[in-house]
Formats: sequence, C-alpha cells, structure tokens
Amino acid sequence: MKILACLHYFILEGLVQCLELKIWSLQGCCHYPSILIYGHRASGKSHVMHVLMKELELPHATVSCVECVSIALLFEQVLLSFFGCDAASLLPRSPSLSDFVRVYRQQCSQSPAKQTRYIVSAVGDNVTVILLSEIAWDKFRPNTGCFEPLLLHFPDYSKSELQQILSQNVHSSYSAGFYSAYINILLGVFYSVCRDLRELRHLAALNFSKFCEPLAEGKVKETDTHKLWKHIEPHLKKAMQTVYLREVSRSELFKEAGALRGLSAHTHVELPYYSKFLLIAAYLASYNPARTDKRFFLKHHGKIRKTNFLKKNEKTSNHLLGPKPFPLDRLLAIFYSVVDSRVALTASIFSQISSLVTLQLLAQVSHDDQLDAPKYKCAVSLDFICAISRTVNFDIVKYLYDFL
Amino acid sequence: MATSSVSKGCFVFKPSAKKKKKTLSLESYFVQGCEDAESSETRFRLCQELWDKIKTDTEVLQDELNRKILDSLLDFTRKCSSTRQNSDWASQMRASEIPTAALMLGVNIPDHDMTFQSLSDMLKQSVSPHVASVQAKECGALKHLMKKVLERLMDTVVVVDDEDEEENVETSPRVHRSVHCSLGILCDWYAARTKKSATGTPGKKRSSQVRDEQQQPPVVIIFKDLEGFNPRVLQDFILICSQYIDRLPLTFIFGIATSPSTIQHMLPHSVSSLLCIELFQSLSCMQHLATVIDKLILTSHIAFKLNGKVMQVLIGVFLYHDFSVRNFIKGLQLALLEHFHSQPLSVLCCKKKKALFNVTQLSKPNLDRIRQLPSFKRYVEKQEAQEQVNLMTDDSHLKEVCQQLIKDLHKYHKNYYPILRCLHTLTSSLPRYPLGKQIRELHLICLANNVWENEDYQSAMKLVKMLAKGELVSLLQKCVEILQLSKSKKMKNALVQLEELLARFKQLDTATEMTTTVEASIASPIKNLRKKTDLFQLQKTLLEMNESRRAKRLSPFENLRNEALEFIDNLVKSHLSPPESQPLYEVCYYSSSATVRRHLNATPRTSIQAALSNPYHYLQNDSLKSEDGTVSNAAPDICIAYKLHLECGRLINLYDWLEAYSTVVLAAEGNDPDSEHFGKVDEVKHARFIRAVSELEFLGFIKSTKQKTDHVARLTWGGC
Repeated sequence: MKILACLHYFILEGLVQCLELKIWSLQGCCHYPSILIYGHRASGKSHVMHVLMKELELPHATVSCVECVSIALLFEQVLLSFFGCDAASLLPRSPSLSDFVRVYRQQCSQSPAKQTRYIVSAVGDNVTVILLSEIAWDKFRPNTGCFEPLLLHFPDYSKSELQQILSQNVHSSYSAGFYSAYINILLGVFYSVCRDLRELRHLAALNFSKFCEPLAEGKVKETDTHKLWKHIEPHLKKAMQTVYLREVSRSELFKEAGALRGLSAHTHVELPYYSKFLLIAAYLASYNPARTDKRFFLKHHGKIRKTNFLKKNEKTSNHLLGPKPFPLDRLLAIFYSVVDSRVALTASIFSQISSLVTLQLLAQVSHDDQLDAPKYKCAVSLDFICAISRTVNFDIVKYLYDFL
Repeated sequence: MATSSVSKGCFVFKPSAKKKKKTLSLESYFVQGCEDAESSETRFRLCQELWDKIKTDTEVLQDELNRKILDSLLDFTRKCSSTRQNSDWASQMRASEIPTAALMLGVNIPDHDMTFQSLSDMLKQSVSPHVASVQAKECGALKHLMKKVLERLMDTVVVVDDEDEEENVETSPRVHRSVHCSLGILCDWYAARTKKSATGTPGKKRSSQVRDEQQQPPVVIIFKDLEGFNPRVLQDFILICSQYIDRLPLTFIFGIATSPSTIQHMLPHSVSSLLCIELFQSLSCMQHLATVIDKLILTSHIAFKLNGKVMQVLIGVFLYHDFSVRNFIKGLQLALLEHFHSQPLSVLCCKKKKALFNVTQLSKPNLDRIRQLPSFKRYVEKQEAQEQVNLMTDDSHLKEVCQQLIKDLHKYHKNYYPILRCLHTLTSSLPRYPLGKQIRELHLICLANNVWENEDYQSAMKLVKMLAKGELVSLLQKCVEILQLSKSKKMKNALVQLEELLARFKQLDTATEMTTTVEASIASPIKNLRKKTDLFQLQKTLLEMNESRRAKRLSPFENLRNEALEFIDNLVKSHLSPPESQPLYEVCYYSSSATVRRHLNATPRTSIQAALSNPYHYLQNDSLKSEDGTVSNAAPDICIAYKLHLECGRLINLYDWLEAYSTVVLAAEGNDPDSEHFGKVDEVKHARFIRAVSELEFLGFIKSTKQKTDHVARLTWGGC
C-alpha cells in the first residue's frame, strides 16, 4: 500500500525529481558525493529512496542515526548490510574512519562490485551518501568546510495528494468510492489544522467506524453522502479539539463506544498530606521573590503595599518568567509556616522531598553531588497546585505575590 | 532556619526491607537482652508463627487486590499479539504503532516493586517468555537502556563498546564477539527463537490458535518508573523500536506514579504518535490500606493487637508521609517484634487453646507480673475481700482465674469486631460522617474510650433516627449479613433478635393502612396558634406541640425504629468497651507508641542533639554519666565544644571559646588550676579544639562569618 502511495507520488508530483535522481544514480554520481534530501515528516523521503533503490537494484545500506550511538556501531551496520557479518567482525574494537576504509577496500577487492554503493544517511568514502532529514542543510553545515551536498527538497503533500494517498487504505468490506468519500469529508474538516500524513491516517482509522455506523444500521445507503456527512460531522468536530493529543486509546477504537477517557483527563495526583504542603511551599518559594516572604509569613509584617516592593524591572509577572530556584532552607521555612500543625523535622520529611524530585514534581537544580544546601525548582503548573491546595483547604492565591 | 547540613544525610529512600538475618542467629538476637529469658524461646516461636501468618495473609491479599488489573494487563498483551497477526482493517491501520499500556500506580513507589514482580511473573507464565523490565536509574544513556533490554531478553551479556567488560565476554560463550547492542541483533535472535520453538514442540496438545500465539509471543518491555527516565533516552529508544516493529512484536508497559499527562510532557508528538496507549488504573493506596486493616487488624484470628496510639502512629505515617502499604506492614512487624521481645507475658498472646496451656506453665515471677498488671489490679479491686487475698497469694487459684480471663478476652474480641462492623455500616453513610468514613476511624474512637459516651456517637444515633424506612431496613439487613459470619454465641443471639426486628419492619408494610387515624388532634394546637401573635407564646406552643408530637404520636414504625436503635445501642454498650477495661488486655495489646514512632519516623536532628548534650545516651560509658544535663569533663571534645557554644550569643569569639575549652579539658586531666602551666594551650589541645569546631561546622551548628574577625556565627538558637 505504501509503495503504491509512493508510486502515486511519483506520477503526481515527483516525476521530475524522480527522473533526475534516476539519471544521477545511473551515471555513477561521481559529481555528487552526497545528496541531502530534506522535507517535513511524512513527506515520502524514505519511501522514495527505498523504492528507488529496490527498483534499480542498487547495493545500499540504510542506517538510522538515532540508533547508532557510536561511530563503531555505524561502521558495523554499514559493513554488515554490504558484506555480511564476516566483514563486520573484522573491525577493531574501537574503529576509526581509516579502519573502516581499510576493511571496506579489502572487502571490495574480494567481491568486486562495479556499481557505486549507496549509503542512505551515513558518512562514507567513495560511495554516494544520501542523507534524509527533516531539517534544512544550513543547520548541519560544519565550520571546517566540506563537500556541499546536492540539496533536494521534498515539499509537503497538497490536499489532493493527501486525498489520493489516504484513499489507498480502503477497508476491505467497503467500496473504494465510499472510502474516498469518507477521506474527502475528513480532509475537509481537518486539513486546515493538520497536514501531517501520519496524524491524518490515525484520525481516519479512528473515525471510520463511526462513519459506518448508519450504514451498519441500514439507515443510509453507501451513496448517500449528505446523510453520512450529517451523521459524522459532530464527531469530527469533537475530534478536532484533540488533534495531535492522541486522547483516544486503542480500547475505544475497538469498543467503538464508552465514555471518552483521554490521557489528560486524569490529572489528579494523590499525595501524602505533608507532601502536598511541601509542594505548596515549593511553589510559593519558586514564584514569590524571597524579599516578600516576610510579608506573607510573618505575623506582624505591618502594612506593606505591593508598590513598596516593586522594583523597576519587576513589573512582569513571575508566572511569565517561570519558576526560580530556591534553597532547601527556604523551602522548609515556608513549609513550617504554611503547615497548620506542629511537625517534627523527621527523616521522612526529607525523603518526601526527594521522592517529589523523582516524581518530577520538583526539579533539583544544583548538581546531585552537592549535598550541602541543595537547590530546587517547582515543576508544577498553577492549576495543579490550586487543585492540590484545595484538597488541604489552603488558599494559595492569597500567598502569591503575582495575585496580590 | 534549620541547618541544612544536618539534613543532608537523609536524602535517601528508606531501606527497602529489614532483611532477616539467618534464622539461627535470629533467635539468639531475640533472646539476647530479652526480659525473662526462660520463656523467650516460646515467645520467639509464637512471634515467628504470627509473623508468618501475617506475611502470607498480606501476600494473598496483595495478589487478590492486584488480580483485576493484572488480568486486564495480561488480556491487553494477549490481544495485542493476536491482533497483530490478524489482518483486519483496523489493526492494519495501526500496525506501525507500538501497543503501550500506561499503568497508573500512585505515588507510593516502594509498593510498586511487588506489583511489577508479580506482573512479570504472570506475563512469563501465560503470555510470553520474553519480558524485560528496566528501571530508570540503570538507564542513564541510550546504550545502557539498550544493553539492559537486550541482556534481560536474551539472557546473555552484551557488549557496549567503550566499556571495559571484556572479561564478561570471554566467560559467556554464547555471545558473539561483535554483538553490539542494536535491536537488529534482537530481531535476529527473536526470529531464531520463534522458529525453534515452532518446530520444537509439535507433539504437545494445543489448539491451533494457541500455537499461533505461541509462535509470535510479544516482546514485553516494562518501564518501571517512567518519571525517572531521561526523556531524550526514552524518545530515542521508542524511535528505534518503531523502526523494528514490523519484525519484532514489541509491547511496552509504562509504570506511572503521577498522572498520565506525564507521557505528553515527556514525549513530543512525533514520538507519542508512534505509540498506541491504553490506560490502566490500579487500586488506590487508600483502598489498599483499608483492605489490609480490615483483614489484618480488625479480625479476631490474629491474637496480637495494637492499641489506639500505636495505630494512630502507623496510620499517621501512612497518611502524612508515604502512602506506602508495605511500610505500614513493616511497622506492624516492628510492633509485633517489640511486643514479644519486651513483654514477658506475651506467651499468652496466641490461639486460645495454646494460651490456656501456657497459663498452666507460667513461672512464679510471671505470675507476679500478672499481679502487677494495672488491668488485673483493677479486676482484683472489684472482687470480694476473701477472693482478693486468694488471688494475691494462691498461685494455682490465680492460674485458674487467668484461664477464665483469657477466655473472656477471646470472647470479647469475637464480639467486638462484628459489632464494630455493624456500627460502621449504620453510621458510615450519614451526612458529615460523625463517626468517620472509614472503619479504622471508628476503631480508633472505640479504642480510646467508651464510644457511647462520645458526643459524635450521640449525634450519629440521632441521624440514624432520621433515616427513611427503606434505608434503615437495608442497613439493618447488612448488619444481619455481618452477624451471620460470626460464630460466637452472643452474636448468634443478637442475630436472631435483629432478624425478628427486620421481620416486624416488613410486617409494618402490610399494616400501614390501619394507622391513619390520629390526624385530628394535631390540628387543634395549630388552630390555637393562629390566634396568638406574641412571640414568646408562639415559641412556647411550638415547643409544646413538638413535645406532644414526640410523646404521643409515635407511629408503629417510629416505635419499632426506636426499639431497633435501642437494641443496637445495647449491643454497642455491652461489646464495644475499650480494651483497657478488659483484665489482662496487656497480654495482647502493644502500647508503646513512642518506640514505634522513634523507629519509623526518625528525627535526625534530635538524635544529634541528644548525642552532643548527653553522650552517655549512645556511648554507655559510666564516666560520662552526669547529673541534670551537664556534660562531664571526660566527654568527647565535640560535646564539650557544643556545650560551651550553647552559652554564647549569635556570634562566638573563637579565642574565648578556645580558652574555655582548654580550661575544661585541663580540669578533666586533673591538673591543678593554680599551677604555672595552667591556662596555656598546647598544640595538641589546639588541634583537638579546631577539629571539634570544624565538626560542629560540618554538622551545621556554626558557620564562618565576615561580620567580625575571629568570630563564627551560631546557626541554632536557644541556650542552656
């Protein structure tokens, strides 16, 4: 199916590029030691290359740079896919580029291959390297200078192309015309917000069963597009709000019914009582300037207005600036003034701080090694902390400098 | 505020488990320092038995509680592997996505280990042999994560280049030299394995479908603590995995402690769109604790009991600090050990028959201990004069009485818990929960004092009176069900009576038509009411009306309801008295809440201060003994320096401090204060002083300051 989509792509849009590519590859590409193809995600880069290599039966190796954490792994993978594992085992333990070249030459002489080899997205010698990327070349260019690769841009698919490609995934029990009508409706709704092929395919899979519902109940015929549209429209509108979030889980897809239980619907976190107060104290320490602690937590602070506190550069809200780091001492001081009962400073209070860090509700700013006076940042949102403080009857807004 | 350096020793999780030493030495540990050594062996055995029972009970409980979520997870993995082999439209559309289960476990991380352990065991048993679980702390970088996954799946050692693990490679013959960690290797391995197993066991009887599944078992990777992972590492790993998904049926399980939105925080859309996530919510730790308390504490099967304060401490630690059920059970274990260790009479804390036998074996000192028990003294005081004398002097008589008392105590427990549950069912759904939402709260109230004298109890009973008939009947029905479970004689009696009451409630339904006559007399005061406008008069008539209505116009239902409530009230009064009222309750109840608190909720600062101001507490050296808080001269240097610094203000002059220190030390050495060398500081003393000061600085009591030369600043306040 995907290949079909690719070929479609060739016929529709990439014909010229495709021909060019073919010509270069047949000529041996000596003039272009490397080619960089770039374009957005899901614009058909890998597929085109894959099909091309297969069609022309060129020897090639495909390597993913994410997977190759070290250069050795990269060399090994290349050799492995060209010559098999015997060659790969010839590499020394921590190989350099010259080792690679040596082994490569050796292997070449053993199995003489006249054709140029293509390494897709790798670094090489007398081979043509084809790099695929989502980022333009300008970001990669090293300072030291190098061969400029041939740049090829794959533009995004247009609407009609998307329509064609998506229509390839016909459900076996429905006609192609029906499915493409569905895709047409889908694109009509989502094209303005989302042009990512992968996401659209996800949406198509998600909503198709809903689309077929009236058909299954026997109310509507396949050709009655208008009625089908009426039926599906509210569902698609609803789905619009959660595009990209992948809210609906697999079970929904299979059950086709049931309450919508998205990922972000569950934001409630249950915490031990003192952990809640520690988190509140951390939030206050992160978003209030340290100078104002006196005003909030001292009994006889006098009447100090906000204007007295304001410095010139402090007009902006602290919430816009993000959380600030604070030392442990300040956290504990605020903790003891917000918590309503007498709490002994026990080991479990300290262990709660570190478990808040492992839960990523607090972030340790100072280095792990610094045992003396560690510093933290609070990593939760205002909504979250409001919900937490509501459960312990603490009015946090009253203690926030920004909302004074 | 408090010193930061004192706290720095505490940034660790609690030790995972108090590992039991070898059983041999365990007993000797127990006997050592134990009061009344002769019975210690029996006590040790009893303690061991009880703990084993508690342990197996909790394990069974844990399995039961987790069964639901584990089963659904197993279903999920099974379904994933089967749909992958199916070729229906929906699954084809999603073929490129990695099925992922997001398992919400709550913030009590120490408890998770057990869940994951049983999960991976069950997966290995019934779904797939290929299960690997990884933890965040062992996967700092991508290659480490890869290595761990490969190692655990393939059961071999994998080389990460640039790491010095050559020896490992040589020792394990199965590893090819060039096995680098890449999923490609895993794919090849998987293909080989599945081929082998497909041809290997054809003889066994299996349905064809099962064999299909067997041929393509999913590869499950469990991420135990998702929050702890480095987002970059996880993203890269998922990207790589998604490239191999067509060759390798991967399934992920994420263990999430906070909320599912963490996934969105950690993974960008380009990565999370590669996953097909399904959410699983585990039981909340509150419910978990409630079941544990229900099964372990509120039962007469386990003779060992906690008194109110100890319960309070354990529940407090749970609610305020860690939410960890495992720690709660550890606390219970601690209390159990302490009880059997410190209370010689705990030989009687066991099953009834055994206890009765143990009474006959009691030694003379133990009988005297019984006579000393406050609860027994109270019992004796209630007896007649002759009986009192007998009890205090005649050992064999005492034994007989003790047997009776032990029997009574067991009976008390057998009646207490059913009635407690009944009262809880009646009151737990009342508005504002006067007697608490959870049964543990009610239990605590009952342990503290006579519950029927409690104001909350009175108001709860009033609220019960206001219940509609249907509700009341259904609640009573529930009580009947609870009482049916109990085997004691009194409870059976109560059950019969309650059933009778219920039957009468049901009869009322048929008889309601008969009781529609008494409306007229109510009407008359209302008529009077209209004539009067005086506020006082009005109030008075209203009160009268109220009074008369209550007194006279009780409908049969109201009558019956009052009867039922009185019955419940009587049950409560006769069975829910606090354990302190029972003679010999000390045998079963552990009451030293301070010990439990000290062990479970350590206060590092207090112990440091105790060590500095009273070194004898830890060192147990007689020369350090001193009266009323003063430090003896022979104390360690740091104690003397600490003591001296307490006398200073916020800023301490180092030279004065040194002088004072050397005076104290010289006095300790027995030098004559009038001799000519006195007051001169030699180098050794100087060095000792400097060491003590820097130790104090390390502990966070002082710090250097620039406000004044040769001064240090105190960081704590309060003197001696």
